[in-house]
Amino acid sequence: MRAARVIEVRGLRYRYADGTQALDGIDFHLEAGECVALLGANGSGKTTFVLHLNGLLEGEGSVEVCGLPVRKDTLADVRAKVGLVFQDSDEQLFMPTVLEDVAFGPANLGLGPQQAAERARKMLEQVGMASVIHKAPYHLSAGEKRRVAIAGVLAMQPEVLVLDEPTTFLDPPAQRELARLLASLPQAKLIVTHDVEFARSLASRAVFFERGRIAGEGAVDEIIQRFDWRPRF
Amino acid sequence: MHHVVVERWSRGASPLHGLDARSKMGALLAFLVAVSTTPPRAQLAFLAYAALVVAAMAASRLPLGGLVRRAALVLPFSATFALITWWSGQPLRAAALGETSFLSGLAALLLIATTPLAQLLAALETLGAPRILILVVQFLYRYLFVISEQAQHMRLAAHSRLGAAGARGLRFDAAAGALGVLFARSWERADGIYHAMLARGFTGRFSPAVHPHFHPADAVFFAAVLAACAGIRLVA
Repeated sequence: MRAARVIEVRGLRYRYADGTQALDGIDFHLEAGECVALLGANGSGKTTFVLHLNGLLEGEGSVEVCGLPVRKDTLADVRAKVGLVFQDSDEQLFMPTVLEDVAFGPANLGLGPQQAAERARKMLEQVGMASVIHKAPYHLSAGEKRRVAIAGVLAMQPEVLVLDEPTTFLDPPAQRELARLLASLPQAKLIVTHDVEFARSLASRAVFFERGRIAGEGAVDEIIQRFDWRPRF
Repeated sequence: MHHVVVERWSRGASPLHGLDARSKMGALLAFLVAVSTTPPRAQLAFLAYAALVVAAMAASRLPLGGLVRRAALVLPFSATFALITWWSGQPLRAAALGETSFLSGLAALLLIATTPLAQLLAALETLGAPRILILVVQFLYRYLFVISEQAQHMRLAAHSRLGAAGARGLRFDAAAGALGVLFARSWERADGIYHAMLARGFTGRFSPAVHPHFHPADAVFFAAVLAACAGIRLVA
């Protein structure tokens, strides 16, 4: 039996205001519980693509999240289902304390302050950050910030986690910790990354972006080999 | 990223920190009204107001020197008017002008140094302040840090290539260009933050992260400050 599709994208095209064709007919799907790595050069359209999954950008074509078409009237539901972890945690963490920041999403979902704080506490425990709940996010290390950013997204109880360059700014131990944390999460995951080892450790499938199109997809090792995507110095 | 000291102070713990923001705001209002309506000849009254502020400073457990230095920022402005008043032959009025502004500055600083912004805004909201005003203050506060953070990064980058000349070595055209880039970068950064907020379901309304509770101790504090201010003012 085929697993339920949590993301289904058909013929997605997007052109930036300056005329750059960032996406040029993307067809993609993600199944429940699956972990997929998005590989490709800088500017190949990976980040532009994931911003569509949350309705932050709106292109031509169709994007469905858990059966819901991404449209203005479904944005609230779509954003509750797709948790987007940004490349730069400093952009994501903007509240004065870690607890308030993680509770920001649940509060937007309509939870009362007590319930939102309770859920935030639970998520911070899950990512191993319960000890910093009253700290200011800007006092944390890069690895801690990334964990808190993930907690902020998990607190919305999404069905899909989208991570944009999650290993950026992280030292190797923090990268290992992050990989362990992500592997323990049951959600379907879409990981935009240049880090092939990270992709190999987590993803069962890789999709390779080239000039706004999907140039190939398949097993991670196969894609890495086919596009010569392993760093060699 | 370096954040303002006052914000760090506001997250401390002390009897004054523990009070409800509305109680402190009411007390500040009473103090400001009393101080600003006290006649200049009542110099003893100003001494009594100062004693009140010193007691509050002690209760806040914040560094007294730091508070005084920051409150003294208002002095250059009021001192200018005080000097003019002095030269026009009204030394008592000049002294009162300096005392009023300094004590008022100190009292207002004590409020923001013992109350996190979120609590202040929640208090303002429960007191009926327009939501749009609260939203503007929240964004302004957040984006001020965005701009200051970008400025710090650019300053470091510039200094690392200016050598011993420091910031003075920066040519006017380079400085002007840097200012333009600063605003462009801040804009992009702010845009990124806004996207991250949208991604977590932000719909243009901040849900209150704190629910203010007015306890008997808050009422007692407000009543005590009100009584003290009214007492001093009436005797003056």
